[in-house]
Amino acid sequence: MPKDFITLLADLKEDEVIKLTKQRLEAGDEALAILEDSRKAMGIVGDRFADGKYFIPELVYSGDLLKQITELVKPHLVQSGETKHLGTVVIGTVAGDIHDIGLNIVDFMLDVNGFKVYNLGVDVPVEKFVEKMKETSAPVLGLSGFLTLAFDAMKDTVEALETAGIRDKVKIMIGGGQMDDEVVKYAKADAYGKDAMAAVFLAKKWIGGS
Amino acid sequence: MEKTRDELSWQEKREERFKRWLSPDVKFKTPQAEKLYKERLTRFIKAIKLEEPDRVPVQIPAGSFPAYYSGTTLRTIMYDYDALKQSWLKFLYDFDMDLYDNPGFIFPGRVYELLDYKLYQWPGHGLPSDSSMHQFVENEYMKADEYDAFIKDQFDFSLRYFTPRTCGTLAPLSSLARFNSALGLPFQLMALCTNPDLQPVFQAMREASQELAKWQAVVGECDQLAKEAGCPSAAGGIALAPFDTFADMFRGTRGIAMDMYRQPEKLLEALEIVTPPSIESAVDVANFAGCPIVFIPLHKGNDVFMSREQYERFYWPTFQKLLLGIINEGCVPVMVADGSYNERLDIIKDLPRASVLWIFEQTDMAKAKKILGDTACIGGNVTAAQLYTNTPQAIKEYCRWLIEVCGKGGGYILTLGSSVDRCNPENLQAIIEAAQEYGVYR
Repeated sequence: MPKDFITLLADLKEDEVIKLTKQRLEAGDEALAILEDSRKAMGIVGDRFADGKYFIPELVYSGDLLKQITELVKPHLVQSGETKHLGTVVIGTVAGDIHDIGLNIVDFMLDVNGFKVYNLGVDVPVEKFVEKMKETSAPVLGLSGFLTLAFDAMKDTVEALETAGIRDKVKIMIGGGQMDDEVVKYAKADAYGKDAMAAVFLAKKWIGGS
Repeated sequence: MEKTRDELSWQEKREERFKRWLSPDVKFKTPQAEKLYKERLTRFIKAIKLEEPDRVPVQIPAGSFPAYYSGTTLRTIMYDYDALKQSWLKFLYDFDMDLYDNPGFIFPGRVYELLDYKLYQWPGHGLPSDSSMHQFVENEYMKADEYDAFIKDQFDFSLRYFTPRTCGTLAPLSSLARFNSALGLPFQLMALCTNPDLQPVFQAMREASQELAKWQAVVGECDQLAKEAGCPSAAGGIALAPFDTFADMFRGTRGIAMDMYRQPEKLLEALEIVTPPSIESAVDVANFAGCPIVFIPLHKGNDVFMSREQYERFYWPTFQKLLLGIINEGCVPVMVADGSYNERLDIIKDLPRASVLWIFEQTDMAKAKKILGDTACIGGNVTAAQLYTNTPQAIKEYCRWLIEVCGKGGGYILTLGSSVDRCNPENLQAIIEAAQEYGVYR
C-alpha cells in the first residue's frame, strides 16, 4: 500500500491520495510512516523537476497536496523526538526586493529534501542575515533576488558577512530572475543556482549527505 | 476602385499605419531632424519586414535609467513631473537611439496614492525611498470560484470584483448593484449612483483622473519633443497574453497552478473569452497613439514556468489568436519574452511571415535566429547582469557577436533583454556604438 501512496502523490492524484491518507489513518497506520512516504514522494517530484518533466505548476500543486496530507495526519502525531536534518540553510530575498515565489519554492524543496530551513522572508536587511547566520551557525546561505537592484544588495550582504568575520565559514548561493554566474563574481558569492533543485544540489554538495 | 477597409490585406493595412507613423503630426525642429526621423523609422520598419536596412537598428529601453543618469531618483520623478520630463529629455539628447521610450511606464505616485493602488509597491511606499524600481504585488485578486462570474460578464467582474480589490479607495464599488439593471432604462443609472457609500469613490476618481491628466500631458510632451528632434516613439498599444492576464493579474502563480490542475476547462474557457477584448483594446490604443506597435510583455509561459505540453495547451492557442487579431488590424506585436524561450521557438514560428518582433532576454540568440530567422524579426538580448558587471569593451564585443549572428540578412534589432536602472551609462553607449560600427549592411 505505501508504494501506491508514494506513486499517487508523486503523480499528483489529489482525490486518490487524500482518500488513501484517510484510509491509512483509519486502518491505524502510523502518522510518521505516512509523512515519511510523503517525503519520498516529494523526492520523486524534485527529481522530475530536475529532469524537466515537472515545472512550477507541479511544484505548487504538490506543495498543496503535501499540506493537505500533513493537516490530516497532524492530530495523529505522537510527540516524536528531534527530526534528524541533513543540515541548516538560511535563505531570504535581499533588501529592497519583495519577490517571494522562487524563495518559497526553494524553501519547500530544501525542506522536503531534509534540510532545516530558516526562511527570513523578503526585503531582508543585511544585519538580519548576519544575525541569523551567527545565531544558527548555518554553513549555507541562499540569497534570492529578482531584480537588478538585488545585485548590489547581495554584494552588501556578502560584504557584511566578511566584516562580521564569518564569510569563510559560509557558502553562499544566489538565485532569481536576472542572476547568473557574472553576478556571482560581482556579489562575491560562491555559486548560482538556476532553480530550486539546483539549490538542493548545492546545499548537499556543501553540507554533504547526497 | 479603391478597396474598402475590410478588403485590405493585413500588409496593406499595416502599410497605411506605417505611412502615418512616418509622417507624424509635428513640426520638426530642423530639416535634419525630419531626415533623421525618417531614416531611423525606416531602419526599424525594414527590420520588421525582414529586409536589410542601411544598418542594424538600436533601441535602449528606458526603464528608470534616465532618472539616475540625470542625477535624480525614481521616487522623485514619480512625484515631480518636471523632473520626469527633464530626465527623459537628457536621455533623449544624449543617446543616439533609433526608437525612443517615452516615460509612460513611470507611473504617477500621487495617482497611486489617491487610488490606494494595491498592484504595486513603489519607492517610499512599501519599498525603501531609494529603490530604483516599483514591484508588482501578486495576489489572488480573483478567487478560485469566480470563473463563472468572469465568464458571464467581464465588465461586471472588472467593475465590482477586480477593481475594488486592487484599488482600496474604490472598494465600495463591490457594493454597487449590477450595471445591467440600467440597460434600456438610462435613468436607473443615476439610481445606482445615489448609494452613499459610492460618494467618496466619485470624489477619489475625480481627483485621481485630474492628477493623471497632468502626468499624461507630460508624457505626451516628451513623445512630441522626441519626434520634433527626429526620434520616433515606440509608444503604441499594450496587451497581455491571455494566460498572463490570469496568471499575473487575476490569479497569481499559486492560483493559476492550482487552476491548471483543478479546473483546466474553466481556465481554458476564460482564456478564450478574454482574447477578443484584449485585441480590441490594444488596437484602440495604437490607433489613438498613431503608432502601430503593440507591446506585449511575456511572463509565465517561459521554459522554466511550464512544460511544452502545458504551453501548447494553455498558453499558445489564445496567445496566437491574440497575435493574429492584432496583426490582421495592421498593427505590429512586439513581445518581450522574460527568461528563456528556447523550447518555444518552433511553436511561436507559426505566424505570418514578417509580422511580429520577438525581443528575448535569456534565450539562445543563435538558436532563435536559426529557427525564427526566415519568418520573424528578433531582438535582444544584452542582459541586465552583463550591463551591471561588464566593461563597455566587453559589452561592445558581445554586441558585435550578436550583430554577426543575428543581423545576417536583416530582421534583427539590437536591444536589451530587459530594462535597466542604474548601470554604467558607458555600457549603453557601447551598444549604440556597436550598432553604428558593426551593424552597417553593405
